[in-house]
Amino acid sequence: MHRAFLSFIDMAKKVLVIGGGIAGMTATASLAESGVHVDLLEKDDHLGGHVQRWDKLFPSLRPGKEVTDFFQNKIDDRVQVHMNVNIRDISRMDDEFILSLDNGEKIKGNAIILATGYELFDAARKEEYGYGIYDNVITSAELEDRFKTSGKITTSNGEVPARVAFIHCVGSRDEKVGNLYCSKVCCVTGVKQAIEIKELLPSAEVFCFYMDLRMFDRNFEELYFEAQQKWGINFIRGRLSECAENPDHSIVLKTEDTLTGRPLKMTVDLMVLLIGFIPSPETRRISGMLGLQSGNDGFLKPEDEHIQDNITAIPGVFISGAVKGPACIVNTVADARATVLQVAAYLKSK
Amino acid sequence: MKVEGKKKIWNDYQKEIADDSFFYVRSCVRQNFFPGSEKTFLRIFRDELHKDIYENAAHTTCSGIGYHSDVVPFETAMTMVARQFALMTESGYENFTTSCITSFGLYTEILETWNHFPEVEERIRGHLFKATGRVFSKPKNLSHASDVTFKFRKEIAEKGPYRLVNRNTGQPLKVVEHIGCHYSKMFPSKGLGGAEYPYVLVGMIEEWGGEVVDYPERRHCCGFGFRQYIVQANRGYSLACSKKKFDSMEPYKPDFILTNCPGCPMFLDRWQYALSEMEGITYGENGQGIPVLTYEELAGIILGYDPWDLGLQVHQVPVEPLLDKIGLPYDPSKKFLDKEGKSMGKPDAPGFLKFY
Repeated sequence: MHRAFLSFIDMAKKVLVIGGGIAGMTATASLAESGVHVDLLEKDDHLGGHVQRWDKLFPSLRPGKEVTDFFQNKIDDRVQVHMNVNIRDISRMDDEFILSLDNGEKIKGNAIILATGYELFDAARKEEYGYGIYDNVITSAELEDRFKTSGKITTSNGEVPARVAFIHCVGSRDEKVGNLYCSKVCCVTGVKQAIEIKELLPSAEVFCFYMDLRMFDRNFEELYFEAQQKWGINFIRGRLSECAENPDHSIVLKTEDTLTGRPLKMTVDLMVLLIGFIPSPETRRISGMLGLQSGNDGFLKPEDEHIQDNITAIPGVFISGAVKGPACIVNTVADARATVLQVAAYLKSK
Repeated sequence: MKVEGKKKIWNDYQKEIADDSFFYVRSCVRQNFFPGSEKTFLRIFRDELHKDIYENAAHTTCSGIGYHSDVVPFETAMTMVARQFALMTESGYENFTTSCITSFGLYTEILETWNHFPEVEERIRGHLFKATGRVFSKPKNLSHASDVTFKFRKEIAEKGPYRLVNRNTGQPLKVVEHIGCHYSKMFPSKGLGGAEYPYVLVGMIEEWGGEVVDYPERRHCCGFGFRQYIVQANRGYSLACSKKKFDSMEPYKPDFILTNCPGCPMFLDRWQYALSEMEGITYGENGQGIPVLTYEELAGIILGYDPWDLGLQVHQVPVEPLLDKIGLPYDPSKKFLDKEGKSMGKPDAPGFLKFY
């Protein structure tokens, strides 16, 4: 964002960005580029949020690190980064917010951007899928870890899997677990990871079990076509009903192929659960201190979901990224930059 | 298989079970299927553990079997259940304990319905009063008799001289457990361990020295499923369900199957005979079947009761090989004698299942 664009902000003013994921980093980088002083607070010991764990990004399969590095490099000396911090209390005096940290430190600022993101759905809550019980049931995040760390995909016995299944919508669009919303990114993540499995294990059979595939963004549909045409990945429309473990630790799936209208039982060597987003406990805790409202889905509620979706009912408090609901990186970056514009307008009015 | 994962789930699904003073209601069908089980429950809890367990002679069917077979409307079932609660109230009890899993499911469903729709409860109270002049209090505690047995499993183990250990090898017996659908599948929070990895029978097996076998078709229907047996034209489905389970558990070589429902042991036991006659297949070792026990029968074995007092002679799959492994003595010559020592007649030997 060009410095002149935000030059109307009083540079003595400071913005507090809570959360060092993609939304927080983008907002911080944009403000810093514009000459605004920022305090960025992160509860962990690193920036980058969930993307920091991701090996390659859909749909281009570029390394996730390229994105986090891009924003990291833009965080300059106008930014005070606070790692490993826990906010104990938030108070307000006139137009100034005061964050009280566990270590006794107090940090002041004139506006807050809450960018505390999301958590991943705990797959163990879908008890019938056996995560945490069956040896060869893993999550998409764990598969990504394997891609990133070793690049070796094996079963619990150390063998190369001949059959791999991806289960879509785990914890999303699921009334049973109380999450009716779509997590948006899991469909294309499944397609991406299925392709990566085929790249690593060309002889493996790969199956994706889905309700419907929501390929909403640019080049997503193309990736889905590539998965079928180039890589021979099998897409079966049917939601997994349950699975169990065989004596050799392979997994028996039971589902229905709803396109043929037949029940289907299949054995696979590795099953990957495409887990969705849930509102993070940290977001709930901090938003509670600020008195922000949540929607029925638990994500934060903006002042107006169409035209003021970064603004809250509390003047000076802004929300950005996945605190408002599931979002992909492209949307998160755009949203964070839009938040900065709203913050600039607010600070100008003070 | 990671047991820690199951333990986490088991911790999430605990339930309150009363300590004493139980209003006990029998099943419509269990005394025909496994005639010693309910008697054994009363014997254990009255004579061994000295609990107050009361039965009321005016108790009737809860109508659950008709309700789940689509012949008794919910309104009727609720009014009949209200009458059972009235009997409990009149008898001065607050802890309601059912022998039948379907009854437990129906009582749970009705209490949950009344909890969410108080106007329905009021209407049913009106029906009951008009029909019988009775009023009732809802139970303070509702449990299935297997919950109560689970709760006192340690006391039973302490009093019992027998363990689920093969006395020839010293190894724990391998046990397949099967929970009745109406125990926790409708309301997972009302069952120990929830619906997917129920703990109620696992807890007994582990406490009494056995090892639980988890097999791929563990969750599959036992073969009863109400309509697939009660509607005669559907009985092929019933048999197919049981066969699917036997085929799935066979590679694990279970020593026996443990159940907590009226229907499950009936079908898992009798269909082994039917399959052996139809297909010539048996699922146990050396032409034997896999014995099927109710939890009361198993508790009786642990306590060293005479197997013929437990009613084990009416099982279709002979239990003698299991008794031999455990070391519980029995007198083969008394197997088919009644309480007066007179012969009840000996059944014909099956064509394939080993007969003792």
